[in-house]
Amino acid sequence: MTAVRSDYLLSQLDVLEAESIHIMREVAAEFERPVLLFSGGKDSILMLALAERAFWPARIPFPVMHIDTGHNFDEVLDFRDRRVAELGIRLVVASVQEAIDDGRVTEESGRWASRNRLQTTSLLDGIAEHRFDAVFGGARRDEEKARAKERIFSFRDEFGQWDPKNQRPELWNVYNTRIHRGEHIRVFPLSNWTELDVWHYIEREGLEIPAIYFAHQRAVFERDGILLADNRHVVRADDEPIFEASVRYRTVGDMTCTGAVESTAVTIAEVIAEIGATRITERGQTRADDRASEAAMEDRKREGYF
Amino acid sequence: MAYRYFATPRRKFIIADTPGHIQYTRNMVTGASTADLAVVLVDARNGLTEQSRRHAFLATLLRVPHLVLAINKMDLVGYDAARFEQIAEEFTAFAAKLDIRDLTFIPISALHGDNVVQRSASMPWYDGPSLLHHLEHVHIASDRNLIDARFPVQYVIRPHQATDPELHDYRGYAGQVAGGVLKPGDEVMHLPSGLTTTIQRIDTASGPAAEAYPPMSVTLLLADDLDVSRGDMFCRPHNQPPAAQDVQAMICWMTDARPLAVGSRLVLKHTTRTVKTIVRDLQYRIDVNTLHRDETASQLGLNEIGRVSLRTTQPLFCDPYARNRMTGGFILIDEASSATIGAGMITEAG
Repeated sequence: MTAVRSDYLLSQLDVLEAESIHIMREVAAEFERPVLLFSGGKDSILMLALAERAFWPARIPFPVMHIDTGHNFDEVLDFRDRRVAELGIRLVVASVQEAIDDGRVTEESGRWASRNRLQTTSLLDGIAEHRFDAVFGGARRDEEKARAKERIFSFRDEFGQWDPKNQRPELWNVYNTRIHRGEHIRVFPLSNWTELDVWHYIEREGLEIPAIYFAHQRAVFERDGILLADNRHVVRADDEPIFEASVRYRTVGDMTCTGAVESTAVTIAEVIAEIGATRITERGQTRADDRASEAAMEDRKREGYF
Repeated sequence: MAYRYFATPRRKFIIADTPGHIQYTRNMVTGASTADLAVVLVDARNGLTEQSRRHAFLATLLRVPHLVLAINKMDLVGYDAARFEQIAEEFTAFAAKLDIRDLTFIPISALHGDNVVQRSASMPWYDGPSLLHHLEHVHIASDRNLIDARFPVQYVIRPHQATDPELHDYRGYAGQVAGGVLKPGDEVMHLPSGLTTTIQRIDTASGPAAEAYPPMSVTLLLADDLDVSRGDMFCRPHNQPPAAQDVQAMICWMTDARPLAVGSRLVLKHTTRTVKTIVRDLQYRIDVNTLHRDETASQLGLNEIGRVSLRTTQPLFCDPYARNRMTGGFILIDEASSATIGAGMITEAG
């Protein structure tokens, strides 16, 4: 990690790493039942790696929770299970399929039907069932407008809701962790990381990530400018022909709304070169769920989304 | 308040985008608390306003180490050197009342890009850097305190693995270095006990480190078995912070739910230590526009700033905020609502 330098300067990545580790230790020290949300995407992989470092040589002192939409990339589930076994930590799965089967939520219909929004119910039910009081999320402020104004320690009321107009002031590195029973705090240790910082750190530290982040041949079709994988969870229209393309994923989410980008990047350095050359944000380019409206993310966040 | 990110090949920048009006003073204070540099924009046509003076005062109160007065809309005053000089002089006179460590004046036109990224051909009389060049080159490494060793204990790492003899007795004190430089072999003092021991090893995620300095997050292993817990502090035996139950501080009040007044009981969080506190005295409230001190004030309302005396239930291991932002700043929390309702900068302790 930290190269010794006579001028006591840390690299940007070292400063970010130190900040994230400080945040995670603060949570472990001040909350009784924290949990880390793990999707198998690169940001949650980074978050888990930072947690491993924050508590080394002890085990990570909290479980991870996966909000399972049932529409996962197989590679990502395999990766999740292997990582959890390696670290010797507990995995909690909150299933959207179960929520649908129990009638707690109703599946959307139509062309852009997605389980993205339904995840909120499973997430809040999971938090309540396990009485989690601090929930680590991998959101970054550079991703999206609503996230840009969120605190690192973000208060949620007893309904799991976020009130962007009434957030706690957050000064220096002194975090207010006080809550009442039934309330919780969402904690975002990657708030100050950018997409490029994440990739640079993954490269520097040699972190393993699922293969779908690198260019591969895949059967895809185009819908509203987004390339979707041909898969069993999406109904294709007649005017949406399948074609083979060399693609990679910039984000990993539900298969029904996560798009691929055309790419030939097979190494992290090539991925970084491609990202450096684009001006479109990862969510704007590849997440149909965020395109629903300008305010799509803020609306979902208020309800308790990630 | 929103945070925005951009990078140039030389540096990465985080912009704390805070609205400027007086009702957003608490947002400005929050944004300034972590800033390395503040840019105050002045309209060259209007000169200094109440708002520009207020912003400069808040940046100074929060000890933002570098201040830039960007005099904008120079195109609308004919790129006039005399107008620029006049505003710079007026500000310099005002700044004499503040403790500004590094002040830079840059004439710009944001609309036409003059002196924003490139030096302007329209202002040959100006021989300083463009705004971006200044942001990219300003020396921020020296802004940390590398003199007073301060290590607030955040978390105790005990693997509890009976099977591994190496880990069985592992007991590490994790935290973020808040000041000074720590090395293996250094003699350190534990507070509150006053006992001394030696740093045996400094662990990081990727193995032992030869030294630790702000803002590194590390784990200290000690030569002796001391009773150490979260909220304690390590320092050097000959450079100890006061263990103070009486502190003087500048407070920015951040709620309209209740005022701060003599007798107010609050929760105070300072580094990794949370204590209860009572307001003993309010010396004055400061007018953030004129810097006038009102010594007859009996309370602080939302967005108001004043100087108070506090008494705490437990000692704080603290430094004056002017000497160390990490060990000199604290937040105030309302015990009933759990909201953060104030920020404090210690001026004196002991």
